[in-house]
Amino acid sequence: MTTLTLTAPSPHLAFLLRLADDNLILGHRLSEWTGHAPMLEEDIALANIALDHIGAARSLYDRAAELHGEGLTEDDYAYRRDARGYLNCLLVERPNGDFAHTIVRQLLYSAFALPYWAVLTASTDATIAAIAAKSEKEARYHVRHSGDWFLRLGDGTDESRTRTEAALAALWPYTGELFEVDATLEPLIAEGVAADPRSVHAVWQQTIDQALAATGLTVPEVPFMQTGGRTGYHTEHLGFILADLQFMQRAYPGATW
Amino acid sequence: MVSARTPAEERAWRAAATVMDPEVPVLTIEDLGVLREVREEAGTIVATITPTYSGCPAMDLISVQVEVALRDAGFQDVKVKRVLSPAWTTDWLSEEGRQKLRTYGIAPPAGAAGRGALFGEPAVACPHCGSTHTTKVSEFGSTACKALYRCESCREPFDYFKCH
Ligand SMILES: [Zn+2]
Repeated sequence: MTTLTLTAPSPHLAFLLRLADDNLILGHRLSEWTGHAPMLEEDIALANIALDHIGAARSLYDRAAELHGEGLTEDDYAYRRDARGYLNCLLVERPNGDFAHTIVRQLLYSAFALPYWAVLTASTDATIAAIAAKSEKEARYHVRHSGDWFLRLGDGTDESRTRTEAALAALWPYTGELFEVDATLEPLIAEGVAADPRSVHAVWQQTIDQALAATGLTVPEVPFMQTGGRTGYHTEHLGFILADLQFMQRAYPGATW
Repeated sequence: MVSARTPAEERAWRAAATVMDPEVPVLTIEDLGVLREVREEAGTIVATITPTYSGCPAMDLISVQVEVALRDAGFQDVKVKRVLSPAWTTDWLSEEGRQKLRTYGIAPPAGAAGRGALFGEPAVACPHCGSTHTTKVSEFGSTACKALYRCESCREPFDYFKCH
């Protein structure tokens, strides 16, 4: 099974892959907690959230495959692309770190995903609209879950507060990328296939401010925002995720069971 | 326009509707609203199902079981189709389904689904004693569609089928 390289994918296909890759990689990260979470309830919660993300990714890859033709399936996108072919934002590939890192990463992403799915329910791509309607409902629970934990950790012990503050400082530079608009996105926004992520920035900020206010923590000062994931330039972490995720298909091409 | 089912379609619907949800084994997929439609298309019986949650691992099993139920009912050419739209909602849970849940020890969804408040909880009644003096233990229970609660009156833990 050879590596799948997409040379100049159409904006529509690239947009589907960006969304799908965000969900696959974040789902994979969360699945790494299975069997390791601080308590049983959390183990189950994180696994359930992982399933929501992976489910959304599968539907989006299906749609990408349909658009792409050439007999591709969802598995080809997940198992046959190298890191350079992945278009997820950098935030979702950040390591799980401690529990505070995982919770802060989830809150920062889900607070964006919730309103973004909501506007995507009006996509002119009926499949994207249908996936968005489903995912919006799920994202609501993801925000509640991570928001509740953000409060408990941020307003908890000195230890948990210090860790939450450190996670916020470490992850904040990856939030700018969520709202980027480039030449791929522009025509799709005009056509109504995609939605403008900048249109949900205020709602995102409001959710984060609400969570911060409850803990007394503040938005960290960062000199600049990290970028690159949407065009395939990733941190060193993605390669390790893919080594784990793709091992079976790379070692035994086309293996099924 | 949605036309009435033909007698064959009606029989196929009733066969498919006997399939139980593998994760909430007191509810049929009809009670849950997962079974959306059964139609005959050019000699093939097409059953349409919709997942409760995007990543619901039960969907593969449900598909197979629907296919088996249709074959058992004597239909040769059968197909199970999955749709995402309109998105499944707990509002589709039948009243009978809600009662079955309570009897089974799962609190049915409290109120209608919607874009309500992001934080804050609805009052969830204990399926064992009926008390609304209950506490959420975890937003996610044994499956994505349930949250874990504890009753402060009778001290029993229970699953709550979340609004969705
Ligand atoms: Zn009780």
